[in-house]
Amino acid sequence: MTPARLPGAAALTVLLTGLFAGAAWLSVTPEYRQIPPDTAVVKLSFSHGSDRAAARRKRAPEELAKLPPNLRTPMECPRTRNPVYTELYIDAQPVFSASLPPSGLSSDGPSRVYRRFVVPAGRHVLMARLRDTPRADGFDHSIERTVDLVAGQSLAIDFRPELGGYIVR
Amino acid sequence: MIKPIQAILRGGFDWAERGLDRLVGPQANPFAQLGALGYFLFWIVAVSGFYVFAVFDTGVTRAFDSVEWMSGPQWWHAGVMRSFHRYASDLMVAVMLVHMTREFALDRFRGARWFSWFTGIPLIAFLYVSGITGYWLVWDKLAQYVATTSTELLDWMPIFGEPIARNFLEPTSLSDRFFTLLVFLHIAVPIVLLFVMWIHIQRISRPKVNPPRLLGGAVLVSLVIVSLAMPALSQGPANLAQVPSPVRLDSWFLVLYPLADRAPGAAWAAMTAIGLLLAIAPFLPPRRTPAPAKVFLDHCNGCGRCVDDCPYEALRLTRRTDGAVYLQEAIVDASKCVSCGICVGSCPSSTPFRRSQELVTGIDLPDYPLARMREDLVAACAATSQGPRILAITCAHGAGRDLRAAPGLAVLELPCVAMAPPSLIDFALARNHADGVAVVGCSERACYNRLGVDWTKQRFAHERDPYLRARVPRERLATVWASTTEDARLALEIEGLRGRVAALGPNRPPPTPPAPVEPREKVLS
Repeated sequence: MTPARLPGAAALTVLLTGLFAGAAWLSVTPEYRQIPPDTAVVKLSFSHGSDRAAARRKRAPEELAKLPPNLRTPMECPRTRNPVYTELYIDAQPVFSASLPPSGLSSDGPSRVYRRFVVPAGRHVLMARLRDTPRADGFDHSIERTVDLVAGQSLAIDFRPELGGYIVR
Repeated sequence: MIKPIQAILRGGFDWAERGLDRLVGPQANPFAQLGALGYFLFWIVAVSGFYVFAVFDTGVTRAFDSVEWMSGPQWWHAGVMRSFHRYASDLMVAVMLVHMTREFALDRFRGARWFSWFTGIPLIAFLYVSGITGYWLVWDKLAQYVATTSTELLDWMPIFGEPIARNFLEPTSLSDRFFTLLVFLHIAVPIVLLFVMWIHIQRISRPKVNPPRLLGGAVLVSLVIVSLAMPALSQGPANLAQVPSPVRLDSWFLVLYPLADRAPGAAWAAMTAIGLLLAIAPFLPPRRTPAPAKVFLDHCNGCGRCVDDCPYEALRLTRRTDGAVYLQEAIVDASKCVSCGICVGSCPSSTPFRRSQELVTGIDLPDYPLARMREDLVAACAATSQGPRILAITCAHGAGRDLRAAPGLAVLELPCVAMAPPSLIDFALARNHADGVAVVGCSERACYNRLGVDWTKQRFAHERDPYLRARVPRERLATVWASTTEDARLALEIEGLRGRVAALGPNRPPPTPPAPVEPREKVLS
């Protein structure tokens, strides 16, 4: 660099340093609160497959005869699942209820849900329940738990049949 | 609607750029090097990223500690590199936004130039994904917020099976395997980004991918200073049993996150709307589809000067097809040609002195051929009678675009001043059409056709063929590089030339020998 260009280079460096400092400041600005102070979050989430919509059955000989030879399996096993119906109550107030359809192109995958609820910090009674069988009313699984939520806490309600049903963490 | 917005933006850019011009000159002006700065920052991010990765632990429980170790005991090397990595990434976003806004303001995104604009849109997405996945890796409170909000945003689209956000449901949900996937994404996406950056510059020749040393050095020194004075720090360890609130957001990368957090559908709508608006922008009226340049083989010897000078890669040489003795011929890719006319100015056959019945050159613009350029020059100069007769050859995109003919001033407006072959200036003075010539192009830092100013300067300085002949009296020639907001300076420059020419006296060129030039067709046959 020629001496004649030094002042310009120095001035450019000063200018860029100022601009970069502004950029660095913007990289930690603004401060953002996802939830108000003195509140907590309850998350309801599970991925659970309900019973099949229809039971396995043995095909009759005349049914088998109508099928192409390579598809003549003696048992018919429908893959489609029922929707899972679920509800969540907080302090006896219904905050969520939904009939969750099975996933997948053949409706044979698990039903899924992920929901977030902001609640005031403090003591709450949570009740979650779901129906995963073809029954028309009543519930197959439920949990009721009294929790003391501190501000900023994130509490998850999951459903894992392999671990015994509902899990609150 | 668009034009007033462009005019306001152009005025703002011009004001800032002129100030920087005075400071460091047009070559090192950061605004003239935004694309090159983008590449330069990418390499800074890549090198610092490799350095940081060498001391980073990819385990979900150890990532935060390893990053803290960088910014704590090892602040003097790993911490600085972390800040380099973070701030250079932020600056890439800033440079990208300014670059895009400036190209819009200068109207350099329409017609055949749509490609660079259009390929810039996925660049935005890849840059944001690269940066956002990087935030996850720190695994601090901000990382937790970014991870949960990002996955909730993705889950809003009914295309994923398992909700991805379940990975962040509670402390035991997250595994090292998921973290390894994030590391892979943070390396793979920037590689795709670099590939798209390469595609982005495919339709321009001589793309600037390295800033001048002065500018590059200033960027590095400034980054070191800011990295030492304001080191990038974490925001406390992530804890999935806690809501990460409050967090200090990065305004460069996370500007849409509060919206995504509260209304993911609205965030998707905003991103889609912005993307669509940017995608259709080059095709909105007024459309500019001037006829592309046309090669006249009878006058083309395949010298390749037009190919070398074209700023848009719209010309190439191919095997001769007309049986002439030359090996090659130029062909035009109409989809890339913006009809700037720089090829006309570069063609050795483009000489207005030629006396063939019809003035035809090797490559010409159908909408404004060389013959008409010569006619317009002669007519414009003939209308000037008072005082020293000044001919201003102006660019349609610089300060000269508003220049009007006045007593003693003839104006010849071209799509780009580099369309004027140097012999045109010789012609104006040698044939006594004018007493002085002012070549008025765009500002040096913002040539509308990228290389028009450079080529004109080099042709006049005997550095680039075709040269301005030595016999052209330089004291009767002025070059003015000025933007659209510099009309006052342009007027002063022209008055200065008028004064100099007046002092020199009337133009008395030596008599031209009457030897007629043989028509090129006969020579070739």
